[in-house]
Amino acid sequence: MRETDRAPAVRVRGIIKSFGTGDTKVTVLKGIDLDVWLGELLLLVGESGGGKTTLLSVIAGILDIDEGDLDVLGIPLAELPAGKRTTFRGETMGFIYQQFNLLPALTAAENVAVPLLIQGLGKREAVRRAQAMLDRVGLSDRADFLPRNLSGGQQQRVAIARALVNEPRLLICDEPTAALDGPNGQKIMELLREVGRAPDRSVVVVTHDSRIFHFGDRMAELTDGRITSVRELRQEGSA
Amino acid sequence: MNYVALKMLFGDRAKYLMLLCGLSFAVMLIVQQGSIFWGLMVWSQSGITNLRAPIWVTDPNIAQVEEVKPIADTAVDRVRSVPGVEWAVPLYKGLLRARLASGDYHQIALVGLESATLIGRPADVLEGKIEDLRTPDAVVVDQWGVERMGGPDVIKTGATFELNDKLARIVAIAKTKKSFQNIPVVYTTYERAVRYVPRERRTLSYVLAKAKDGVPTEQVTALIREQTGLGAYTAEEFGLKTLWWVLKNTGIGVNFGTTILLGFIVGTAIAGQTFYLFTVENLRQFGALKAMGASTAVLARMILLQAFTVGLTGYGVGLGLATLFGTMTASGGRLPFVETFTLLTLVFGALLGICMFSALISIVKLARLEPAVVFR
Repeated sequence: MRETDRAPAVRVRGIIKSFGTGDTKVTVLKGIDLDVWLGELLLLVGESGGGKTTLLSVIAGILDIDEGDLDVLGIPLAELPAGKRTTFRGETMGFIYQQFNLLPALTAAENVAVPLLIQGLGKREAVRRAQAMLDRVGLSDRADFLPRNLSGGQQQRVAIARALVNEPRLLICDEPTAALDGPNGQKIMELLREVGRAPDRSVVVVTHDSRIFHFGDRMAELTDGRITSVRELRQEGSA
Repeated sequence: MNYVALKMLFGDRAKYLMLLCGLSFAVMLIVQQGSIFWGLMVWSQSGITNLRAPIWVTDPNIAQVEEVKPIADTAVDRVRSVPGVEWAVPLYKGLLRARLASGDYHQIALVGLESATLIGRPADVLEGKIEDLRTPDAVVVDQWGVERMGGPDVIKTGATFELNDKLARIVAIAKTKKSFQNIPVVYTTYERAVRYVPRERRTLSYVLAKAKDGVPTEQVTALIREQTGLGAYTAEEFGLKTLWWVLKNTGIGVNFGTTILLGFIVGTAIAGQTFYLFTVENLRQFGALKAMGASTAVLARMILLQAFTVGLTGYGVGLGLATLFGTMTASGGRLPFVETFTLLTLVFGALLGICMFSALISIVKLARLEPAVVFR
């Protein structure tokens, strides 16, 4: 499929983002252009300090930009007021973090239910849907476990279930395998690959882990605040 | 999200218990000290409340009820002549030493009541009959006198002692509120009281009076002041005057006020710091919630719910402990401990203030929190 035939989930144009002021001002993103297509899993790689996490935060609408245009799922996200951006994020995005960020006092099912509770769903229905999602990631028998009683791989699967429970169209993953050993990292990526294959969903994964590169559809390399390359990793139709 | 907030609060058991202990301690300290303080204030007015007279007339420069500035005997008739006065009777108050049969001396407060009506007599009698005061040499001793002057084997109906070398025979034991000075009170008739004390030119301490039915007491006291030139107060006014005198002249207000303030500061510091730490340690989790779409308002509601939940629990525990202390140590009025609805309301208000402060510093932190923290 040609690029012009694809619908973009995220369109980033000329984005500049700096931190600090005066002598301490550091420009982290120096004019980024990037598209993330619907139905693809995009890997964002590059050296530490290159701006990957900042770009991820910008795409998620968590950080304001200094210049440029940002469209996420057809919405000019940077132009939305903070409150509407938060609501938009809650309704359309899912997040997976390096450190899982599960709430330690909540069971696996309750953790997965959190995004639904934020959306205002009742607890009973939220937990029921959370349990169904846990079943989908193979953890239905761990629904009542607290995070401290789960392995790292299981915790990340809970985090994935949490990210997916409100059917987000954009999945944002920050180093999802960094805290896991090799086999667990592979399993997590297989799961992400599987859930990310939906034609109306995109997955953006920031990673350093070269062992998971083969799970991506494309890979964008970010160096010193600039996209230096975007490579196709998987041909259409390949598994 | 209320459920999540409460699970987060109770899930960190160590911090929850620390918060609960801090707030319970603060509430207990404030309620306990406040109740003792108010108990002492009640005691300071027992010289007025025990006599249950609506109007007190005496020297216009009187500062408080235990102070005696004798006035002319004619004052009784002058007060009686004021329009709106239903009745007016003389009252003697003074300090004397009682000499017991054993030879022991005890300082007592002597109260002389008008013999015809016995107005100002104690409301409750534990033993004997108050009307027997009209028999020769009769006196009534309050229960604190029994306690202070040798116990029930020594101070009982039928027992005698001497007041200024004159015989006093106990005909009844009265139940009264303890006085601030904790001096036993001995009641007798006005005429006998005057005979007990050394001869003075003026012996009348107070005139007790009452307004006619339908006439406001405040109006009559104002009229007495105007027409007699004497100091006239309603019982409430005189009680308040006495209370202010005690506060100004004993340092008791500063003393208790400091402890109460300390309780408030300690409670605020412990709760504020612990709550802030609780928030800071959960910053990544809160950041994750923000990233997932929880607005600052939602997080603020969670924080407020957590603060007020632990606050209300702490209020209950602290109040319970203070009440237990009061019940155990102040039973029978031995120690001043008066828990009032006003005090409990004020403490509740103070606690809400502590909770609000604790929550606010956390909310400010969360409002400034960039959800990007979860990616670091």
